[in-house]
Amino acid sequence: MIVAERKPFDEIKAMLAGYGKVFILGCDTCVSVCMAGGRKEVGLLASQLRMSFKKDGSDVVIDEDTVERQCNKEYMELVLNKLKDYQVVVSMACGAGAQLLADLTEPQQVLPGVNTRFIGMTPKDGNWVERCRACGDCVLGETAGICPITVCAKGILNGPCGGTDHGKCEVDKDKDCAWTLIHARLDKMGKLDNIKKIFPPRKHGVKTHPASQVHEVYKGE
Amino acid sequence: MAASFKDTLKSGEFIVTAEVGPPKGTDIGEMKQHIELLKDKVHGINMTDNQSSVMRLSSLVGCHIIKELGGVPILQMTGRDRNRMALQSDLISAAVLGIDTVLCLTGDHMTLGDHKDAKPVHDLESVQILKAVRTLESGKDLGGNPLKGAPSFCAGAVVTPEADPIAPQLLKFEKKIRAGAEFFQTQAVYDLDNFKRFMDYAAKFEVKILAGIVLLVSAGMAKFMNKNVAGIFVPDALVREMESVPKKEQLQKGIEIAGRMIRTLKEQSIGHGVHIMAIGKEAVIPEILQVAGLL
Ligand code: SF4
Ligand code: SF4
Repeated sequence: MIVAERKPFDEIKAMLAGYGKVFILGCDTCVSVCMAGGRKEVGLLASQLRMSFKKDGSDVVIDEDTVERQCNKEYMELVLNKLKDYQVVVSMACGAGAQLLADLTEPQQVLPGVNTRFIGMTPKDGNWVERCRACGDCVLGETAGICPITVCAKGILNGPCGGTDHGKCEVDKDKDCAWTLIHARLDKMGKLDNIKKIFPPRKHGVKTHPASQVHEVYKGE
Repeated sequence: MAASFKDTLKSGEFIVTAEVGPPKGTDIGEMKQHIELLKDKVHGINMTDNQSSVMRLSSLVGCHIIKELGGVPILQMTGRDRNRMALQSDLISAAVLGIDTVLCLTGDHMTLGDHKDAKPVHDLESVQILKAVRTLESGKDLGGNPLKGAPSFCAGAVVTPEADPIAPQLLKFEKKIRAGAEFFQTQAVYDLDNFKRFMDYAAKFEVKILAGIVLLVSAGMAKFMNKNVAGIFVPDALVREMESVPKKEQLQKGIEIAGRMIRTLKEQSIGHGVHIMAIGKEAVIPEILQVAGLL
């Protein structure tokens, strides 16, 4: 899933200076699971803002809603009508959701309410760790299901760098060295041969940004 | 004319290299002094490449100056600051300047240095840089395009004999050999028994291995490295030996220890030479060599 964190309250409030009618639009998919921009977080932010503006003596209107998936046009069409009356919409979705919102509501001002951080997983409640950089050429099959591109701070492919120490990464002693993990798990699997070969440089040319893809069935449409 | 490093490797001599750090800024006075001091006493001088992710004069220019002053430069090249385009371009540039020995490194992470917000590159790591060197020599670049004039290099890499766990380190060491490394300069070694065990394992490979000798300047430094530097282990006995003299004599003690270790390595034929890193104290390297009986 996509992991995001809500922007600091003061930053959001500062972005809203000068607006009288504000809409906050959440997303109930990834950002809801990571407790950054789902229905609950939208409600909380809206109340915080109302109270704060009231305390300042300004009568800003703050309304809110949350869609199932902000990065999907079908779901967005259900709310577009009600956004029309507002001067600004704060998107609580990831950067992709916020961009679809901006495309669909042009020329309305859209503001990001969260910082989108990574593709990750949940090792335990309330914790998220990055596990995939969407490199477009997955090597997990050779690296025992541990991503060297992501879990290694340098994203290197041919084994540990010189900074690895007692299984920890040179960048952060609290983080495991990806290559120590990969080596240990492949050893258990009896598949160390997987990483004895020299991995060639990655093909960055196959994935210039922005990447796109079209499903077979939809090609030519 | 000093012998090329490739020839030195073949000579069977006890090889001595030393590291010089380029300055942060345009004042190259001290760097030149260090080069002058060392050029006739060692077989090669390594010029570090933005070492520890601290921005400095480039290793390429540093090596050019070594060359001008009549020394044998060893160009350190990391993949942290340059992608494959820039690395290859620097490699052929080095060759044109007559710099023909290169040490291929992954590079410390950007966040360890003085430009923590810079974008780390890591397009190629050490093994892939070695491969790039060998590819350029074949007359082609990594894009498969023909070169107008191919370079020829003596290529080396680094190994950490004290790495813990050791197995992933050895797997990478063997990959570096397969990628074309002809020599290795090791991370600091202090426990010569451990190093001997590493050399017993490495004997089957056709590569020259120079033991890393990092000068201890104080007992505090020894303890600090034990705690904080990956792959460095200073045995208790050496820490105690450093502590056995007052602070102001500890540098002298460190010189004595470094010299003694080099002498032992040479006398017992453990490894093929040494690589001296005096980090900031390059001026005392001749003294170390004297204690070692090499001057
Ligand atoms: S190799 Fe890593 S970054 Fe690439 S797709 Fe697989 S998990 Fe994602
Ligand atoms: S210590 Fe391990 S995880 Fe960290 S950068 Fe080096 S190889 Fe990658």
